[in-house]
Amino acid sequence: MENTKTTGKVAGIISNLVTIEVFGPVAQNEICFIHHPEADLMAEVIKVQGKYAYAQVFDSTRGLKVGIDVTFEGHMLEVTLGPGILSRNYDGLQNDLDKMEGVFLKRGEYTDPLDREKLWDYKPLANVGDIVTAASWIGEVEENHMPHRIMVPFKMTDSYTIKCLAPAGSYKVDDQIAVIADKDGNEFPITMVQKWPVKMAVRAYKEKPRPFKLLETGVRCMDTLNPITEGGTGFIPGPFGTGKTVLQHAISQQAEADIVIMAACGERANEVVEIFTEFPELIDPHTGRSLMERTVIIANTSNMPVAAREASVYTAMAIGEYYRSMGLRVMLMADSTSRWAQALREMSNRLEELPGQDAFPMDLSAIVSNFYSRAGYVYLNNGATGSITFIGTVSPAGGNLKEPMTESTRKAARCFYGLSQARADSKRYPAVDPIDSYSKYLEYPELQAYLKEKVGEDWLEMVNEAKDMLLRSKEAKEQINILGDDSVPIEFHERFWRGELIDFVILQQDAFDKIDASTPMERQQYMLKMVMNVNHTPMNFSNFEDVQTLYKKIINLFKQMNYTEYMSDKFKSFEKQIDELVKQ
Amino acid sequence: MEAFQKVYTKLTNITKATVSLKADGVGADEMAMVGGRLAQVVKIMGNDVILQVFTGTEGIATDSEVIFLGRPPQLKVSDQLAGRFFNAFGNPIDGGPEVDGEIRDIGSPSVNPVRRKQPSELIATGIAGIDLNNTLVTGQKIPFFADPDQPYNQVMANVALRSDADKIILGGMGLSNDDYLYFKNVFNNAGATDRIVSFVNTTDNPPVERLLVPDMALTAAEYFAVDKHQKVLVLLTDMTLYADALAIVSNRMDQIPSKDSMPGSLYSDLSKIYEKAVQFPDGGSITIIAVTTLNGGDITHAIPDNTGYITEGQLFLRRDTEIGKVIVDPFRSLSRLKQLVSGKKTRKDHPQVMNAAIRLYSDAANARTKMENGFDLTDYDQRTLAFAKEYSNYILAIDVNVDTTEMLDITWGLFMKHFKAEEVTIKQEFMDLYWKK
Repeated sequence: MENTKTTGKVAGIISNLVTIEVFGPVAQNEICFIHHPEADLMAEVIKVQGKYAYAQVFDSTRGLKVGIDVTFEGHMLEVTLGPGILSRNYDGLQNDLDKMEGVFLKRGEYTDPLDREKLWDYKPLANVGDIVTAASWIGEVEENHMPHRIMVPFKMTDSYTIKCLAPAGSYKVDDQIAVIADKDGNEFPITMVQKWPVKMAVRAYKEKPRPFKLLETGVRCMDTLNPITEGGTGFIPGPFGTGKTVLQHAISQQAEADIVIMAACGERANEVVEIFTEFPELIDPHTGRSLMERTVIIANTSNMPVAAREASVYTAMAIGEYYRSMGLRVMLMADSTSRWAQALREMSNRLEELPGQDAFPMDLSAIVSNFYSRAGYVYLNNGATGSITFIGTVSPAGGNLKEPMTESTRKAARCFYGLSQARADSKRYPAVDPIDSYSKYLEYPELQAYLKEKVGEDWLEMVNEAKDMLLRSKEAKEQINILGDDSVPIEFHERFWRGELIDFVILQQDAFDKIDASTPMERQQYMLKMVMNVNHTPMNFSNFEDVQTLYKKIINLFKQMNYTEYMSDKFKSFEKQIDELVKQ
Repeated sequence: MEAFQKVYTKLTNITKATVSLKADGVGADEMAMVGGRLAQVVKIMGNDVILQVFTGTEGIATDSEVIFLGRPPQLKVSDQLAGRFFNAFGNPIDGGPEVDGEIRDIGSPSVNPVRRKQPSELIATGIAGIDLNNTLVTGQKIPFFADPDQPYNQVMANVALRSDADKIILGGMGLSNDDYLYFKNVFNNAGATDRIVSFVNTTDNPPVERLLVPDMALTAAEYFAVDKHQKVLVLLTDMTLYADALAIVSNRMDQIPSKDSMPGSLYSDLSKIYEKAVQFPDGGSITIIAVTTLNGGDITHAIPDNTGYITEGQLFLRRDTEIGKVIVDPFRSLSRLKQLVSGKKTRKDHPQVMNAAIRLYSDAANARTKMENGFDLTDYDQRTLAFAKEYSNYILAIDVNVDTTEMLDITWGLFMKHFKAEEVTIKQEFMDLYWKK
């Protein structure tokens, strides 16, 4: 194959869009290298017209001249999959950032995502003679205390027989660990490494059911009011400054998942540095080990080349699918998917395509839906299960939720966690709007049954009642604002404060406090029950100021409870004080 | 300039900002001289080359001489930069001699994110609306979102001079001559000129020239931060005028505009500048404080909107009619990096005190609405209003100049004067320490 690579010559340059005159066959999305005198630059074909291919370059094109040679690689943009991906920091093209030299990124520097020299303790899982297909587990190594299955490469679409298997022992990733043969007897060596084109979905599983399991995140306004499921999809739109990133970090730190993949897509470098700095220090509550051990970071910060930004979300998804095929639960976060949409817009603009709304490409909605559909809970061919739960943030231009990216995402994602400017302004964090947000999964009988069984028979009713109280509290507040404190019945004030109690105690959560940051489901249930008990207690007030005073006292005590260890003496003493206050 | 360079004398197209011609062997982003004016290659298609002419194309003729320089825009860097004023091309405008030094390409590559350090050093300004509520950190990038009539340049100059930065680099884009002279005076009077470098494009200069100013300023900043390990503060004013210049060029190149007539690449263009803010592990840092002027306070316009998504917070100024002073608006201002220092480099009660004060200030805003709508105020409402007025005057006003511990003590004082313990909802451990009533 090496001898038949198509070649070409640079014919035009506008920023990072290069026109190439091609001498031979060329494929859409094919990868090519432009032989700039300083360094070979990687690019992806995004349009072919006559003898010209248009390629987006993943690097700066400064100094590039017409007539420079180009070599086409004969494959699409691929990720390299194998043991040793966990706890790495990659760029959008899966270059290992730690392997790069110097403070500044050098263009044309591409580094190996894997460590080729490291020895892994390998043990076979299959037997000679077994019939295998793509993604069948052949063997296993331990990667950061997690079972990492060595699989039949996803690209192998046939069914094969295992001809020979390496015995248990220490191997490098490129060592041959099996030989498999197809029906015609053609033999294929298998190593621990395989490649997969990022823009294609891995479909080597048996079935993708509707998600039905609650995924605990420890974030109360999600778990209690609008839960996401394992294998579910959600999105967090919010104007800047409403706490998207803080919320996303909290979810990634606390959610019940085996693997966390963070795609920092066109976002601030300092936020990525925050992950680099904090994740290794954080102890994963589920395993007791450093959170970084099960995390992969794909960092394409906003100043890195725009074409690689588009690639970064796909790279993250492909790595997620790889780990899902091993029977693991993957939590995938992309911050922010709007930057990805903007990258698409920039290229569409340079290609002089007819624009859709706000100059975004016409097929934006289709691209987004297609991407979200790659998440999900799956039954693998061997009966094991795996999942990718995907949460993307959206940064709506001007905070307007009617803009194209928010609308497109709304069609694709099942949970909506809308961040409200008003809540953020009054420092009610997380600023998730309790009334506008929703989880479509709550309508799934599968999830309803699951919640009834795992959390409590009356849980859903209680949650619905709390939601009603929040809504009625909002209405009462509007009435009070229109008519004045004195002109409404005291009952209106009670209604208002019942909602405030739920807001302050359940919805608001201090992401920077050790204890309050993450609330297990059991504690969430306990607290909601307590709050509802207070709200159900009939009280007699002579004037509205008494309502305010009492509820403020109660809220203050509840807040102290949130800051103290669950069921500790202090916790119980606050609880007792609340009881006494309510009884009066 | 080398002698063997080929001279072209046949322009095919001329627009207000660009010229086209047929030429061979031209590189992307390369600089050129068109009729004696600096220009840069923006598009190559076969042997058709489009150049943007920074000073505008007035008087350029179809037979004007075009010479390609074979290099991107560059700046000579050395310690001699300190204390000098330059134009957008890096040429002195203060009558002083040319600077000697190493030639650097401007618009250099990004810092590898794994080589950055998490910002953790506080920048004290003495302005409580900033230090207490929106603490700044080295390596941060933050703009003032301001209406054109607000005193943003004065506040920015104050912040710069009070900070303990080793170098202050001013990038002025579309500065009025008066503002340019203001900066010059303030820096001179403070006796600080030796730590200041200025790149200035005034309103007399053509708008497209502005496109070079941020990169020039940041190339100088990188020299001091990387080579000399210094703490560098970069002031960029006004980034809205920079974005307007981007729109002019993209319009002349027939690109399809996106929201608010801005180029589709506005986010990437702005983030290339702002992301130069960095904390290096060896102590050097670049902090960017910018100004984005708003059109009638509209932050949903593409320029402030994209800026807000890139920068680490924003500062709003507002005139408080109650006290007749300009204050730092506590609701709309935000420093995203403040939690890296507040309560860690400052006293432990800092975050809680800050949040409680803002919540009470917000209650006062509600009370004011009630009052304006003609409703009776409760005792609590009255107290929040009294609190808000004093809080505005002693904490939020931009003429405040005290250290952070004192700011906290003042705020505790106001809490105790106006409120009951349960009304401030602060963690018990801090109440035990500071609530002395």
